[in-house]
Amino acid sequence: MKTPKELYYTESHEWVKIENGQAIFGITDFAQSELGEVVFVELPEESDEVTKGEEYATIESVKAASDINAPISGVIVEVNQELEDSPELINDDPYENWIVKIEIEDKSEVDDLLSAEDYEKLTK
Amino acid sequence: MKKTVLYDHHVKLGAKMVEFAGFEMPIQYSSIKEEHHAVRHDAGLFDVSHMGEIKVIGEDATRFLDHVYTNNVNAMTANQILYGFFLYENGGVVDDLLVYKVNDEHYLLVVNASNTEKDYRWLLKQSDGFDVSIINASDEYSELALQGPKAEAMLQKHTDYALDSLKFFTFDDVQLENAEFLVSRTGYTGEDGFEIYGDHEAVKVLFKKLLLEHHDLKPCGLGARDTLRFEVALPLYGHEISETITPLEAGYKFAVKMDKGDFIGKDALQKQLEEGLTRRIVGLKILDKGIVREGADVYVGDEKVGHVTTGYLSPSLNKAVALALVDKPHDKRGTELSINVRKRFLKARVVKKKLYTK
Repeated sequence: MKTPKELYYTESHEWVKIENGQAIFGITDFAQSELGEVVFVELPEESDEVTKGEEYATIESVKAASDINAPISGVIVEVNQELEDSPELINDDPYENWIVKIEIEDKSEVDDLLSAEDYEKLTK
Repeated sequence: MKKTVLYDHHVKLGAKMVEFAGFEMPIQYSSIKEEHHAVRHDAGLFDVSHMGEIKVIGEDATRFLDHVYTNNVNAMTANQILYGFFLYENGGVVDDLLVYKVNDEHYLLVVNASNTEKDYRWLLKQSDGFDVSIINASDEYSELALQGPKAEAMLQKHTDYALDSLKFFTFDDVQLENAEFLVSRTGYTGEDGFEIYGDHEAVKVLFKKLLLEHHDLKPCGLGARDTLRFEVALPLYGHEISETITPLEAGYKFAVKMDKGDFIGKDALQKQLEEGLTRRIVGLKILDKGIVREGADVYVGDEKVGHVTTGYLSPSLNKAVALALVDKPHDKRGTELSINVRKRFLKARVVKKKLYTK
């Protein structure tokens, strides 16, 4: 399982990248492997508000639908529309293929996220 | 939790194991989609040892089964198989099952794993006044399903028995390699194929041998088993049929013989026929982007008119489709319905129940 060092993680298997004051969300390698083949991603819209710990997107595998939670709160500034037509990109590379970018509401929430090292322990 | 004899082998093959009906079963090996396509185009091999086997033996076996079963047992010939239902008095389904006729006084019933105990106890309760022994033989058998257009050619390599003479819904004792099996031309995928029953060790050996010798044969899990049966509208207990959904509502009238004499639940079905059905299982094609799943509510405007019983992005069609229980008159082909998925409503159209045809 890949766990890039520069990212932050949640216990519910999402990753966060902090870049230019914005946060980028995706799901981890472990998550995509557990889900199996992704066949549909229900994406939110730009300027939607997301709340830490609450569902903002749904990823559907052949078998089932899984809610994807926001690791931190904020307002969506960009949605990865590529996933609409090619949901399988999540399986191909879950770190390259992000889901949304948000404007962070409260920077202190980043402190609650897991480091790569802590996340790796969790999935062992 | 119970394990089938192939458990270690599944793990070795990299299967993802899940709990199903008290068994640890493979849900998928490589990918549900790939396994699904293997069965539609080549062949797939399933461990279905969790299925229940119940023997009904005795002088009154035929008369007893006709009393508890919706299909016509008295009309069966030896080595024939019939699909049908056990019903409650109210017409709800105890289970759907296959009845294998060995002879007039000996039948083998193959039932859903999740219902085996319930069926067994229910049969015992109904057997007062009949000279029959009812034996839950589930622990004696392991079972494989070899399914797909190449199934016959593959299995033929392992036996002298002329498999092309084994017709759909019949069975026979067949020697495969050096062991005896009960082999039936049946399945739960909509493809040609066989279900193979034998003792544990023999099934274990056969499973490995088949996979070793046929490179276009894929081990398949319960995930593909469900997408395959769904596409061809084979019902799954607890979904399209249940304690509260009758076989008539599910569209399985062909397996309910109203003219054969009395059976448990017949009066309730008769009443349903006379009064007319109020709802029916239909196929749905989802017109908007998205996938609808079991349990999603079906609407016409603000009015709730049913629910989804199974829903997938169909691997064969590469389209989102579903089976749903829908109130009349909204069950008519072509009707536009709306399905509530989380916060959205997806448009859908009623289509025929058999969603995939070759």
